[in-house]
Amino acid sequence: MLEIKCPYCGRRSQNEFSYGGDATVKRPKLNKDISDGEWDEFIYYRKNPRGIHLELWHHTSGCRQWFKVKRDTSTHEIVKTFMIEEESQ
Amino acid sequence: MKKYSVFSLIKNAFNKHQDWDVAWRDPEPKKEYDAIIIGGGGHGLATAYYLAKEYEIKNIAILEKGWIGGGNIGRNTTILRSNYMHDANNLFYDHGMQMWKDLSQELNYNVMYSPRGILNLAHSDAQLNAYSRRGNSMRLNGIEASLLGREEVRKIIPFADFTDNARFPIFGGLMQSIGGTARHDAVAWGYARAADDLGVDIIQHCEVTGFDIVNGSVQGVQTSRGFIKTNKIGLCVAGSTSILAEKLNMSLPIESHVLQACVSEPVKPLLDGVVTFGAGHFYCSQSDKGEMVMGGDLDGYNSYAQRGNLPTIQHVLTEGVALFPNLSRLKMLRSWGGIMDMSMDGSPIIDKTHIEGVYLNCGWCYGGFKATPVSGLTFAHTIATGEPHKLNAPFKLDRFHTGHLIDEKGLGTKTWIS
Repeated sequence: MLEIKCPYCGRRSQNEFSYGGDATVKRPKLNKDISDGEWDEFIYYRKNPRGIHLELWHHTSGCRQWFKVKRDTSTHEIVKTFMIEEESQ
Repeated sequence: MKKYSVFSLIKNAFNKHQDWDVAWRDPEPKKEYDAIIIGGGGHGLATAYYLAKEYEIKNIAILEKGWIGGGNIGRNTTILRSNYMHDANNLFYDHGMQMWKDLSQELNYNVMYSPRGILNLAHSDAQLNAYSRRGNSMRLNGIEASLLGREEVRKIIPFADFTDNARFPIFGGLMQSIGGTARHDAVAWGYARAADDLGVDIIQHCEVTGFDIVNGSVQGVQTSRGFIKTNKIGLCVAGSTSILAEKLNMSLPIESHVLQACVSEPVKPLLDGVVTFGAGHFYCSQSDKGEMVMGGDLDGYNSYAQRGNLPTIQHVLTEGVALFPNLSRLKMLRSWGGIMDMSMDGSPIIDKTHIEGVYLNCGWCYGGFKATPVSGLTFAHTIATGEPHKLNAPFKLDRFHTGHLIDEKGLGTKTWIS
């Protein structure tokens, strides 16, 4: 079982969390011309690395905060977790 | 290739089965091939087989990083069905169902095709209505389907929870009676043996490390066993598609997720066909050895690990026990995981790419096994002619740009939600 460290509540079992996917996806900026290609990127294209992946998780059955997790997709090892506004380096 | 038959079986019995030929060779890679298929899973083997048989390309290699039968072809739950709603899926998968019927004869290898029926259970009036719509869509496409009421379902699975306090009462179900199972390993071995017999080189333990692209067209592949020249490459690598696409500087609408399955200890014959639970994601069949074969949800996070975590198994089996209370007394024998190439609309991609000579077969999500023959046939057509077969024409890569999505479940792009 994964043990995920919520930046607000500490280490909890994975049962309390839900997944939110690639944390690097950026919505195109509003109030400017947005190409179809930019919408495609935003809606359908994801980073899908074997290795370190930056992703969103939601502490659904806890504090209900969204936060970022740096996790290795080949081993499931969680390297670090970040608050949503934190620099994730 | 010496033909397998009852006579060869008897003959070899006299020699204590010491003199059987190897089922396929273990050749050294040649310097050049007319076509290279990357990935020796079911789809890769089938593609090479149909390329050699139907499209007269003889000088073909399959490059497999691991070994034949070690990936998803040996990890799935062996289910065959074509009970979809959209025309594109219906016609494509049902062509596959027709191919399964003769596959053992075609390959001279017993794939243990067993059309014992697949039953999708409904647990509310609304769900039964939805199934009736899907069943009608199937019948309009010439696929047999029947809507069963509660009592008809009870005759098929009397041991399901039909009590008054069932958490999810059974209202009825949608039955596709030609759905069923086939032995997954035998499908891999059968295609490998038959492709090898047509001269296809199956090269195991050979990892592709890079591609030679000159002026937008492919010239060859770099592998762990040296450079191999070719002008046609077919990618059949399921969950690892994004890794190879990255080497081609391509980004794809694919996420790799781990899906687990498990089997119980073997028991006497209990369940004849395949049954799917409608109030969650759980499905079950019984293998010829007597094990209950069960699966359900993705673990729900990106993964290349080929193993999952216990909360998902627990969640899936909780649903199983809600449906079949007698499962609770069984011990689990083993569980395992495979990596699914989850596409952003839940349907596959079989297409050429913007690189001349590079062809793509991916996005199978949960359901690649049943498509093995038809995927191989249509992908072989696409590679050989440079244009899609009419059955795979809707499964284009650019549908994510043009908006012609085939979103069977209406789930959108969040593949981990099920």
